[in-house]
Amino acid sequence: MRPPVTDWEHDFDHFDERWTQDPTQLWSEIRATCPVATSQRFEGGAYFPLRYADIYAIAYDSEHFSSQRIIVREQKLPVRGMPPITSDPPAHTPARRVLLPPFAPKEVAKHEPLIRQICVDLLDAIGDRREFDAAVEFAQHLPTLVITHMLGVDEKDGDLFRTWIYVLSTQSVQDPESALSVLGEIESYFKRYIELRRQQPADDLITYLVQAEIDGEPLTERHIIGSLLLLLVAGIDTTWSALGASLWHLATHPEDRRRLVAEPELLPSAIEEFLRAYSPVTMAREVVEDTHVGGCPYAKGGQVLLSFAAANRDPEKFDDPDSVIIDRAHNPHAAFGLGRHRCLGSNLARLELTVALEEWLKRFPEFDLVPGSDVIWSEGQLRGPRTLNVMIHASDTTS
Amino acid sequence: MNDTSPKPYVVSINTDRCQGHTRCCTLAPELFESDDLGYGCVRGDGTVSDQLLEMAKLAAANCPEGAIMLRRAQS
Repeated sequence: MRPPVTDWEHDFDHFDERWTQDPTQLWSEIRATCPVATSQRFEGGAYFPLRYADIYAIAYDSEHFSSQRIIVREQKLPVRGMPPITSDPPAHTPARRVLLPPFAPKEVAKHEPLIRQICVDLLDAIGDRREFDAAVEFAQHLPTLVITHMLGVDEKDGDLFRTWIYVLSTQSVQDPESALSVLGEIESYFKRYIELRRQQPADDLITYLVQAEIDGEPLTERHIIGSLLLLLVAGIDTTWSALGASLWHLATHPEDRRRLVAEPELLPSAIEEFLRAYSPVTMAREVVEDTHVGGCPYAKGGQVLLSFAAANRDPEKFDDPDSVIIDRAHNPHAAFGLGRHRCLGSNLARLELTVALEEWLKRFPEFDLVPGSDVIWSEGQLRGPRTLNVMIHASDTTS
Repeated sequence: MNDTSPKPYVVSINTDRCQGHTRCCTLAPELFESDDLGYGCVRGDGTVSDQLLEMAKLAAANCPEGAIMLRRAQS
């Protein structure tokens, strides 16, 4: 049991129950008196900036803020590279450039039929049941199945991937040993596939990385495994969370849901608004040199919780930030990050969200939460519903 | 030729700022497209017709990196 937080300004804990349940109200309270919360619960001290401007400045300042450690932990773990997300300049640019082409809009668009088929199959599997867990039966499977297809691995390994991600991103914050054993498993898993693809290339991302070069040299096995690990960590729980949060919003805001069904052309702006309001991803930086941002000090060795979700709720940047406005016109949100580490998979994530919500609303235009059933939100740096029991209602087909 | 008429608007992308969020390509596909790496590119010479001006403003306002410039042509 973690000691409860009584002083959010000087002793914040993003694993506290209150943060997990509803961080936005809490952030407004902190923001009113303090632009940067701090905590000694994490090795080297942790910082939680809440102003969009400070988060933007830190994302742009790789001289003082390193990306090598992307999870704020009680005890820092040895750096395990997942290029390019953990890369700083100058290694960052070539490592990112290698991975950009398969995630550019033109290439990502080729996966649309697959994504649509997966959504239809998942909805068919739900069938005519009127009560089910949408986070488990729909949201979690879509990104997992998409990534297994893109990597060219067995669909069934998706369950294994989700366990690994949970251990690396969440469980190991308080239990460092768990990360080390999982990293060993991941390494042997991908080593076997890398060897297979070397012998017999296929049309998949593992082959793509095996054949990729930086400055005329093939990538090292360590680099390939690191990048594959990144695709797992960044490609599954993120979209699962964003899709789950979007469905949660639609289940709890019937006026928005009915408007989207009636005006499907609003879906793109609605998705951007869900991404802004329920940004699933919080990143981290490590302070590598003492500095100040926005007048506040950051000491070398400190860990920074870089919350794009908090940036997206800053009233200095967004009008009425705590209202979800599905046709919000001015919405330059930071859900996919800012600066050189912009989420590599953002085009894929948007496509998955678009197709999933289109297919869902076609099948289930009327739904809400099962009365009395608690929504369970994930803890830590990835936020989304992990249990979302919905009740489907007959739609009024006469209207 | 009437020299007193206002010059047309032109859009451009600061390529040092663009990180490939592709919001512009979605909001104003007539004015922007993405390249093979996913970065935004201006279609043609970037001249914005009156009909596309609102769309260009929307693209500029929604770029998370502030990479899009919209101004009147110089000459």
